[in-house]
Amino acid sequence: MTIPFNNPDRPNSYIGKTVPRPNATKLVQGRGRYVDDIVLPRMLHVAFSRSPVAHAKIGTIDLDEAKAVKGVVRIFTGADLAEVCTPWVAVLAHLKGLKSPPEHPLAVDRACWVGEPVVAVVATTRAAAEDAASLVVVDYEELPAVTNTMTALDKDTPVIHPELGDNLAFRRLHEEGDVDAAFANAHKVVFASFRTARHTGVTLEPRSILVDWNPAEGQMTAYHATQAPHMMQTVFAKHLDIPESRVRVICGDVGGSYGIKVHVYPDEVATAAIAKVLGRPIKFIADRLESFSTDIHARDHEIEAKIAVDADGKILAIDVDDWTGIGPYSVYPRTSAIEGNQVVNLCGGPYDFANYRAQTTVVFQNKTPTCQYRAVGHPIAVAITEGLVDMAAAAIGMDPVEIRRRNMYPDDAYPVTSPAKMKFEGLSHHASMDKLMEMMDYDALRADQAEARKRGKYRGIGIASFIELTNPSPFMYGIGGARISAQDGCTVRMDPDGSVVALSGVTEQGQGTEAMLSQVVAEGVGVLPSQVRVITGDTQVTPYGGGTWASRGAGIGGEAALQAARALRGSILEVAAAMLQADAGQLDIRNGQIVDADSGEERMPLEELGRIVYFRGDTLPKDLPRELVQTRHFITMEYPFAFTNGVQASYLEVDTDTGVVTLLKHWCVEDCGRVINPQLVDEQVRGGIVQGLGGALYEEIHYDEDGQLLNGSMADYLVPMAAEMPDMVVGHVETPTKESELGAKGAGEAGTAGAPAAVMNAINDALRPLGAQMTEMPFTPERILRALGKLQD
Amino acid sequence: MKASAGGYARAESVGHAVQLLAASDGQGRVLAGGQSLIAAMNMRLSVGDLLVDISKISDLSGVAVEGETLRIGALTRHAQIGSDPLVKTHAPLLTDAVSHIAHAAIRNRGTIGGALAHADPAAEFPACALALGATMHVEGPDGPRAIAAEDFFEEVFTTALSEGEILTAITVPFAVADEEQILEEVARRSGDYALVGLCLVKRSAGHRIALFSVGPKPILATGAMAALDAGDLDAAVGALSAEIDPPSDTQASAAYRRHLAGVLLRRAVARLKGDVA
Repeated sequence: MTIPFNNPDRPNSYIGKTVPRPNATKLVQGRGRYVDDIVLPRMLHVAFSRSPVAHAKIGTIDLDEAKAVKGVVRIFTGADLAEVCTPWVAVLAHLKGLKSPPEHPLAVDRACWVGEPVVAVVATTRAAAEDAASLVVVDYEELPAVTNTMTALDKDTPVIHPELGDNLAFRRLHEEGDVDAAFANAHKVVFASFRTARHTGVTLEPRSILVDWNPAEGQMTAYHATQAPHMMQTVFAKHLDIPESRVRVICGDVGGSYGIKVHVYPDEVATAAIAKVLGRPIKFIADRLESFSTDIHARDHEIEAKIAVDADGKILAIDVDDWTGIGPYSVYPRTSAIEGNQVVNLCGGPYDFANYRAQTTVVFQNKTPTCQYRAVGHPIAVAITEGLVDMAAAAIGMDPVEIRRRNMYPDDAYPVTSPAKMKFEGLSHHASMDKLMEMMDYDALRADQAEARKRGKYRGIGIASFIELTNPSPFMYGIGGARISAQDGCTVRMDPDGSVVALSGVTEQGQGTEAMLSQVVAEGVGVLPSQVRVITGDTQVTPYGGGTWASRGAGIGGEAALQAARALRGSILEVAAAMLQADAGQLDIRNGQIVDADSGEERMPLEELGRIVYFRGDTLPKDLPRELVQTRHFITMEYPFAFTNGVQASYLEVDTDTGVVTLLKHWCVEDCGRVINPQLVDEQVRGGIVQGLGGALYEEIHYDEDGQLLNGSMADYLVPMAAEMPDMVVGHVETPTKESELGAKGAGEAGTAGAPAAVMNAINDALRPLGAQMTEMPFTPERILRALGKLQD
Repeated sequence: MKASAGGYARAESVGHAVQLLAASDGQGRVLAGGQSLIAAMNMRLSVGDLLVDISKISDLSGVAVEGETLRIGALTRHAQIGSDPLVKTHAPLLTDAVSHIAHAAIRNRGTIGGALAHADPAAEFPACALALGATMHVEGPDGPRAIAAEDFFEEVFTTALSEGEILTAITVPFAVADEEQILEEVARRSGDYALVGLCLVKRSAGHRIALFSVGPKPILATGAMAALDAGDLDAAVGALSAEIDPPSDTQASAAYRRHLAGVLLRRAVARLKGDVA
């Protein structure tokens, strides 16, 4: 029996409705439990002495003064930990040519970025550990630092890892059709350079880990703020030589992740290694400066691109040359080549065109390593694509909406394969654009813009269509050899009183995963969401899964939960049929009651069925199965990724005297397939948009030419704040994926993917009469005034 | 990071605080609202401080009329100043300034004395004090003294306060009839330190223009003031550009700040009622 999702009045119709978040009360009452809330007997704290320079040979290390600090228990160097922890190399077989040197939990011979951990000080308090860490004396013999991405491969640039031969980590060229011929014969060709700034995730809760090693049981327990507990279980097991079954990763409440908590960090592995050596619980909580200098960075790209169109605005070709600097190491185990690879995969995404060339060049440099952060590569690819499309429209005098309508894949064209060789199962670009036009009242907005212009106000409208990659299959990581699970599992059981427990491999970091699971399980079984207790984030009790990243929680974890819940429903009905001497097909479960499916008449509460099964099983037929616990796993098989689509719009005003941009309103229509919880999806989209607006207007990590980090605090690294955020209107089109019964695709990254391009296009729409064009993010007041030619140095 | 303080003592009175500072061997640091000091300590930018907590000295707080001036106790919180009717009547520039200072939580704890003594060149209150021609009242081992705002701010985070002295109050001359006080600033986000800020006071005696975030201390733009008194706005903007030497940092270059100063002066003048200078 399938669920009639299109009937909102069906029994147990929780999927598709906003239900309360089961963990909200706990968090609002301050009863959440984050890693730093956990205190274990005999616990110690670790603080790190980190490299103050971008590149140096590590000479003698003098620990005498540090050891004398009261409370210090032991101090570890890179050489010490290398004896108990094997290094890792972050490459993937399917990213051909990707190279990276072995990385240790503490730098051994060389420090390669400002903030790299060099010495670990363990003490009875964090303050004592910091006191001692400040007294560690390391003889740093400075080496030349590589900081400029574009010259990293030049002959006279020093090679950071001589054994690798050069500073090239990865390069991929993709070519489809006859690009050069298309450009040569085009009606119009538009060139542009784009730049996206270096960002970081800035989670409310910093990276946190507490590791306990019990030598008597050979068991490691890591309380860890992570998105991927099973992946971390495998990492600790492999590099610290422990069977996976003896490593338990517990991921309780997590204060935001945005992708930064899905990677292996040297200081966190060092913490685990130290726990194993000392046999005592060790806690490491990153402070804000450590967060800025050691959480992964992302998005540091420089791009040259061009587009060719015919006289009707039809896209003939797109050519993209993308460069990014990733720091001195590819980050384990996902690697730091994925972001550039995504740019190649995603440029031109919404459009039906024939000739496409894209190359990404990924180089090493002496800065904090970069890796996957919310909407990996998407904001870059969308900015390039949508920037070019808008410029082409302007060049041929066409409305930006019209040029998109002429090029987007028709809604009935699917399945199709894009010039980047991405396979789309079903998208809704035109329906989404139609809905956006209606929501924003495009024509009225154009009239308002013209009216404002008469008053000397420069307002602009920016549109950005996009695709988003969600629900990844093993084609993303597993195929390359990474032990990162693309499948996920859920166990659903009924307890004697009829309440239900669901144990899921996907995790909750504040986005509402547990709410989604509770309503899927509630509908699947036939109970109230409040009767479903959801457990996530414990490798010892939940089925093996990948965790929450790449917008997979609902699409993969949700489907596993639905199938497990439906299986439990079947088991319950089989027992009920025997007890009631009825046909299981004539029975249903609604609101925790066995009912007659046709009449809805109540036959028996689940509580009674539980009492019989668990305490009077003797009264049931001997051969009757009574497995009131069911586990199901789900993996996508037909498509490597479930692509979603959408379109965003920004309306803003540029103060041409100060360069300040005021966001007036923002719209997003997106299609994530089946919407399980409208409020959660809307808030995911809004939060994502805010993060995208941060990239467009504020966020930028600054380094000087020696590789010194210049802004390592919340005062200097500007995140988007509530006062500057516009009203956001979110709408949906639903094209469910046929790969699952649930039909859900991901929604977590759509907002971030499209917002920067929408803002860029709106700013350029506002400035076009003044002859200025912005393509370097963030669009700071100063950059805007410089583009307007208003500053003289 | 965890702060590393050298010690803490709560002062019972101004005299007691002065004694504690005198006994601190140069390590004494006055703790009032703590909105800059505690942040600096938490980043270990300041370590080993012997904190002298003056926050419980009740007679350092409050706003009162004193002849033709307004006396504002050093411990008066930003939020109190923002909502005080006497301040709104007699020194509306300060009322305006409060809405630009950081966020509610910081305004609830930060004090005007702390902001003035900390002398952050990007802060609003020091420039307001300059524009208003305020007087700083301090108390030290050698007794009380008064320092004109023009003589108070010396360098980044440096004032004319001697070691061991405490700022106890400021007095501000009443705004005279028809006086106008205007504050203009541009910040990246609401509550951020200004990229550039400008205070314009138009009195019968002439214009006063003070700027913040344009150098190592708030400055009185005397050239621009004279030009404005002469009724020449373009000349005032030109003079202003010449008399500031703004810094470049990750938020803005000197050239941008210089441009912004001119824009803000024009905007402030445009807000003046009646005929423009």
